Amino acid sequence: MATVELIDVRKSFSGTEVIHGIDAQIEDGEFIVIVGPSGCGKSTLLRLVAGLETISQGEVHINGSRVNDLEPMDRDIAMVFQNYALYPHMSVRQNMAYSLKIAGVSRPEINKKVEEAAELLELQDYLNRKPKQLSGGQRQRVAMGRAIVREPSVFLFDEPLSNLDAKLRVQMRLEIKELQTRLGITSLYVTHDQVEAMTMADRMIVMNEGVAEQIGTPLEVYQKPHTLFAAQFIGSPSMNAFDATVKGGEAVLESGVRIRCNCSFEGEAVIGLRPEHLIADENGPLRVNIHLAEPLGANTLLHGRLSQSRDPVIVSMAGVHSALGTEQNMRVSISPDNVHVFDKATSQRVASLKA
Amino acid sequence: MEKRVTFKGWLLPLCLVLPQLLVSAVFFFYPAIQAVWQSLFIPDPFGLTSQFVGLENFQYLLSDKYYLASFFTTATFSILVTLVSMVPALFLAVMADRLLKGAATYRTLLIWPYAVAPAIAGVLWLFMFNTRVGIVSWYLGKLGYDWNHVLNGPEAMGLVVVASSWGRISYNFLFFFAALQAVPKSVIEAAAIDGARFWKRFFTIVLPLLSPTTFFLLVVNVVYSFFETFGVIHTITSGGPQQTTTILVYKVYSDGFVGQDLGSSAAQSVILLFLVGLLTILQFKYFEKRVHY
Repeated sequence: MATVELIDVRKSFSGTEVIHGIDAQIEDGEFIVIVGPSGCGKSTLLRLVAGLETISQGEVHINGSRVNDLEPMDRDIAMVFQNYALYPHMSVRQNMAYSLKIAGVSRPEINKKVEEAAELLELQDYLNRKPKQLSGGQRQRVAMGRAIVREPSVFLFDEPLSNLDAKLRVQMRLEIKELQTRLGITSLYVTHDQVEAMTMADRMIVMNEGVAEQIGTPLEVYQKPHTLFAAQFIGSPSMNAFDATVKGGEAVLESGVRIRCNCSFEGEAVIGLRPEHLIADENGPLRVNIHLAEPLGANTLLHGRLSQSRDPVIVSMAGVHSALGTEQNMRVSISPDNVHVFDKATSQRVASLKA
Repeated sequence: MEKRVTFKGWLLPLCLVLPQLLVSAVFFFYPAIQAVWQSLFIPDPFGLTSQFVGLENFQYLLSDKYYLASFFTTATFSILVTLVSMVPALFLAVMADRLLKGAATYRTLLIWPYAVAPAIAGVLWLFMFNTRVGIVSWYLGKLGYDWNHVLNGPEAMGLVVVASSWGRISYNFLFFFAALQAVPKSVIEAAAIDGARFWKRFFTIVLPLLSPTTFFLLVVNVVYSFFETFGVIHTITSGGPQQTTTILVYKVYSDGFVGQDLGSSAAQSVILLFLVGLLTILQFKYFEKRVHY
């Protein structure tokens, strides 16, 4: 049970700064997902908290005390690695008991804890097996078990599901989330998968190029992305973005198309329209020339270009639209409340009138 | 996954293995058969005729106390050489693995001794420990220790062990270093988070993961100490003093080519052949199961 606090955390590798000052306040029992594209520094940030990398500048506090100079083992954390990092020469039981053995816990106590964890993770039948005799999902569970038996203050997950196949990933995603809720242990979870981030996080940190673009609940990030990057990274398919000049509650695209928006900002901007917010409308301002339709069953993704400017655009429509095929034209409109406006100079969100 | 190549017909595969088979036949099977054949005869002093004696050569050898002593010498020698060449190599590899900067330079320098031929290494060490002009024995003398491997058996053994092991440290270092680099970093990190400090990690995680390499080196080094140390022993002690450094291979040479007892020498070769075969089978049968995880 612990809080984690990051104060202007920076990291440089041989003079090149890769993490540019991250501040975050993580509450006790929270599940925080750090999400971003590869190379954005999310794993490095996690390793800084774990103590596997030294912090170049700034401070990390766990449970109110500064841990910058503590060894990983003294930070009261447990980590689950992407490749599980199980000890290949030890049985499942020995893998889970390793940390307790080093800590000098008595044998009966170790057995009790290992068996409890094994029961929780349904690993009772595999305790005497070696890691190589287990499937990917089972190895994942052993890695979880090894973290659980230590009863740490903080769980750290470094892309734990990326080596699993799609079906197992969905299942393990639920298991990890349930387990974390049950145990109530503060967790930091790194992933590049925005679906994992949306479904698991209490709050998420959207990272890009060593900067935290936004910290907030999944819905906050989806509904009110602070930056153009956060807007485009979260949500699938990605948000459509067009350059525009905003004036008097109206965005004028380069092609002259006018879209109403709820915004007092005036000047050069980028407007963001989520594919799922675009509505087929015979009188809509946007004319779309569709060149590909992807039927997904529940909805259909229409890939096309704006007829007026040839900018690529994606429209997501509910249901099956088999009639819509290649080289067709349609008109769409969007509610002014759903138009996201970002200052072109800073890529920052511009406050809407309502908020 | 094992990849297998399937050949149609037998001509191409035969041609592919033929060079190796020829080399083995000429340099291994033919001499081995000759040795077995010769071990059953005693040639006359001039080498003109030889007389069939059956297993008498073997009977004589096994009741010869010098021959039995040579077994003991060989055992001592090979255990010492294996230890002295492997333990420092492992230590150096662990230290090199910890280095962030200059690891390449360090590695290159450590590999150099391997390039020195055994006989030359022997001469180098012989010169350093020479009882009259050697720099090491001179300093030992200053410290009040009278080094004389020409007369002192254990000192002679120590010198041949060090001279034989020195170059091998490089070889073993190379393998240990490569094996250490192959240990997944995340496993070490997981152990660090689990609370294991450096040496604890080394003994509980790293060393077990190195065991396939360790086992391989054990076999290779034992074989090396048996057969490839001839040059060193020949240059430094010639098996002396009083046969304290006469290992089995050296005795094959000195009995056969110095003592001109070709029958006995051949019989010793045959015994050695069986011994090595036995050793290899034992090593693989009993150790291999334990080293693979």
